[in-house]
Amino acid sequence: MSTMTINLKIWRQKNTEAKGEFQVYKLNDVNEHMSFLEMLDVLNENLIKEGKDPVEFDYDCREGICGSCNLVVNGRAHGPKRLTAVCQLHMRTYSDGDTIVIEPPRAAAFPVIKDLVVDRSAFDRIIEAGGYVSVKTGAAPEANLIPVQEEVANQAFDYATCIGCGACVAACPNSSASLFTASKLAHLNRLPQGKPEREKRTVAMVQQMEAEGFGDCSNYAECEAVCPVGISISSIAEMRKNYLKAIF
Amino acid sequence: MPTLLQAATSQVGRKILTGLTGVFLVLFIIFHLGGNLAIFGEPDAMNRYSMILHDFGPLLWVARIGLLAVFLIHAWIGISIWLKKRKARPENYAVYSSKGGPSKQSLSSRTMAFTGIVLLIFVIFHINTFALGDMETVLIDGRETHDVKALVIDTFSNSAFYAFGYAFTMLLLGAHLGHGVWSAFISLGMSGKKSSAIMYTVGTVIAIVLAVGFLFIPLYIYFGGGCEAALIQCT
Ligand code: HEM
Ligand code: FES
Repeated sequence: MSTMTINLKIWRQKNTEAKGEFQVYKLNDVNEHMSFLEMLDVLNENLIKEGKDPVEFDYDCREGICGSCNLVVNGRAHGPKRLTAVCQLHMRTYSDGDTIVIEPPRAAAFPVIKDLVVDRSAFDRIIEAGGYVSVKTGAAPEANLIPVQEEVANQAFDYATCIGCGACVAACPNSSASLFTASKLAHLNRLPQGKPEREKRTVAMVQQMEAEGFGDCSNYAECEAVCPVGISISSIAEMRKNYLKAIF
Repeated sequence: MPTLLQAATSQVGRKILTGLTGVFLVLFIIFHLGGNLAIFGEPDAMNRYSMILHDFGPLLWVARIGLLAVFLIHAWIGISIWLKKRKARPENYAVYSSKGGPSKQSLSSRTMAFTGIVLLIFVIFHINTFALGDMETVLIDGRETHDVKALVIDTFSNSAFYAFGYAFTMLLLGAHLGHGVWSAFISLGMSGKKSSAIMYTVGTVIAIVLAVGFLFIPLYIYFGGGCEAALIQCT
């Protein structure tokens, strides 16, 4: 088992209004089997022992399924590996002496709360605007009452895997939330349960995404490249098609 | 539901309009290149083509104004998207790099606003040179018409600035369309995970064909082609 020394350059910011700046840390004896977040845990333990403020960063499951983690590592959302959330990244990706720059996702619509933690409630408000299916309440319907073609079910499931981490926004040169919004739309709009509200939903979610201050989409497809679950920008094309259908 | 105006100025509406106007401009320049190629036809082919266009009279003006509108809408939205970037990300990354793979970040996509603005300036310059320039007249089928061909050959054969300046700008056009054509497909809602690679390749091919087609003519004339057919002396 080899250990290494890692140089860290981490964005520190006291609160939303404060001006942030980079702090440099040196971490010895980093185990190559540590996950990236465990490496930060070690840093924080050291900082706490020294009586300093630990680095705030978001996580929950550490299994790549909840979408809480969303660090920008050396300029790439979730780090260098494709289809990998940063909690699933391991230190064996790095070598002794490497310098790693860690920044929060940067977007006006994602204000920094502290250090590397940003407020992603803009995504919740996009969902509130239309990312649901209205149903009559009452007893649960029979599961196979509405037949769904297998192909449609599979595609809907592919889009439903979006974990809402916000890497798409973080990586987009324009800070657009198109991939997030479009994946939710592509998931719901193609299912028989979601179809009746398709047009209303598309227009409402698109409006909310703009109101939140996310940028325009320039079809850079960087979002698809950083998405830990590989959502395709075909969903964005589909969103535009459905938007056109809603208007005409 | 939003009104048509609200829809057109919404984030998705703007993108659809960039794509729509972009495609329209591409169709126009394909048509324009067809006209330019008349320089390789019969000696009077280019002037005959110009005469036929002018014979449309008021209809030609309708087309010109329509084209100008499309051009301005395209440029306006394109530049405004670019200007909004800073508002959506007031604090930039200290380090930023692309993850590759399916990403379409390239020199071509990252310079869309730059190449676009150069094209805007170029078009003003271009219209001033060839549409408003001083022209001799020639007789075709007994009718007097502008000698466009002589002006074109005179301009490019006598000036390295014009010949190479045009050729260089056409490389920038190719760069604009390298991302642009593919982008327009996606903007207009052509989805499909598998067809994406095909669309990107088609876009690249269209960009190369148009850029090479346009830059070939000024260089051809500069290096002595077409002079024998012209009424004027090439230096
Ligand atoms: C007046 C000068 C021009 C400017 C300022 C301009 C600017 C732009 C910009 C900034 C974009 C990217 C939009 C985005 O980021 O989403 C764009 C896209 C595009 N442009 Fe231009 N452009 C100009 C002229 C042209 C011309 C002459 C053509 C064609 C011959 C053209 C074809 C396209 C196409 C096909 C797209 C892709 C549309 C899309 O993204 O959906 N542009 N333009
Ligand atoms: S912490 Fe849950 S996805 Fe990374």
